[in-house]
Amino acid sequence: MAIEFDNNLPIYLQIMNYLKKEIIMGRLKAGDKIPSVRELASELQINPNTVQRTFQELERELIVETRRGLGRYVTSEESKIMEIKKEMASELLDRFIQGMQELGFTSNDIITIVSDTITDVDAKKG
Amino acid sequence: MSQLLQFQHVVKKYGRKKALDDVTFQITSGKIIGLLGSNGSGKSTLMKLAAGVTQPSSGHISINGKSVGRETKLITSFMPDKPLTEDWMRVDDAIAFHRDFYTDFDEVKAKEMLDFMKLNARDRVTTLSKGMQERLQLSLVLSRDAKLYMLDEPIGGVDPVARGKILDAIVEYYNEDSSIIVSTHLLNDIERIFDEVILIREGKLLLQEDVESIRFNRGKSIDELFKEVYA
Repeated sequence: MAIEFDNNLPIYLQIMNYLKKEIIMGRLKAGDKIPSVRELASELQINPNTVQRTFQELERELIVETRRGLGRYVTSEESKIMEIKKEMASELLDRFIQGMQELGFTSNDIITIVSDTITDVDAKKG
Repeated sequence: MSQLLQFQHVVKKYGRKKALDDVTFQITSGKIIGLLGSNGSGKSTLMKLAAGVTQPSSGHISINGKSVGRETKLITSFMPDKPLTEDWMRVDDAIAFHRDFYTDFDEVKAKEMLDFMKLNARDRVTTLSKGMQERLQLSLVLSRDAKLYMLDEPIGGVDPVARGKILDAIVEYYNEDSSIIVSTHLLNDIERIFDEVILIREGKLLLQEDVESIRFNRGKSIDELFKEVYA
């Protein structure tokens, strides 16, 4: 597991996003056990309390559940995972659209550019 | 999260110079705290006072509710900026010496740390490189079962590999009931292991804050904040 941390942003948010991505991409599956606070802290060379906080937030968002005496697990509800996926996609889109608007593109321009680019990409894969 | 270390209006003068000037703060247990400041800002003085190696000119310092003195020294493990070893020692002599000196010294943990640090028990301490020296000092200090650990510049002047190893050891071997104060002016690699930072400048306390809230509220790394404050 490797994360390139950006020290300008809260570390716990970066680990949260990393774990969410792992879940969406299927590297961590529904119902999988996740590493302990200690394990993750040593692996990432970060403060254990920061990891603790990450897990607390993930629990609050119902992405991770604690089973008493057993450890923490990725939620087994597939709908939750779908939800995270949508959430992350909408964050990406927001940033993209904002960036494009800053470059002066109108909504219609943006749609055209995206659809052309997708066609190109698909054609190359073709 | 009980209160562990408390400074109340502490002043320390060396002659006419104030090394610490009316410093008040407290820290709770279960934290890794960065004590930050440029050279000569008072970091080492603060640690020496808490360790009971030197006395404040005025003000009061307590650890676990007791004034700094013989009792608090039993629960304080201090790594000063000078070696804790003597030139005649081999690595295992240093371990034996600490075991005899401190009743809370955990020899099993010490051996484990030597392995982790890739230190050879039969090496003479005088032949160790600077990085290896620091690893040994850290092993000695963290092998005690203390409440408060203080490390004065543990990564100063060592290469990135030794630095990584030292950070690993701090995260790996500290126990959650205690707190560790780490003084440094090098932040890039180390800032991720801190819970809180305390910034001092010219003997005065400037700031004590949770590192994640610094990142969150100011959108800045601790390294950037440090450069801003001490520029």
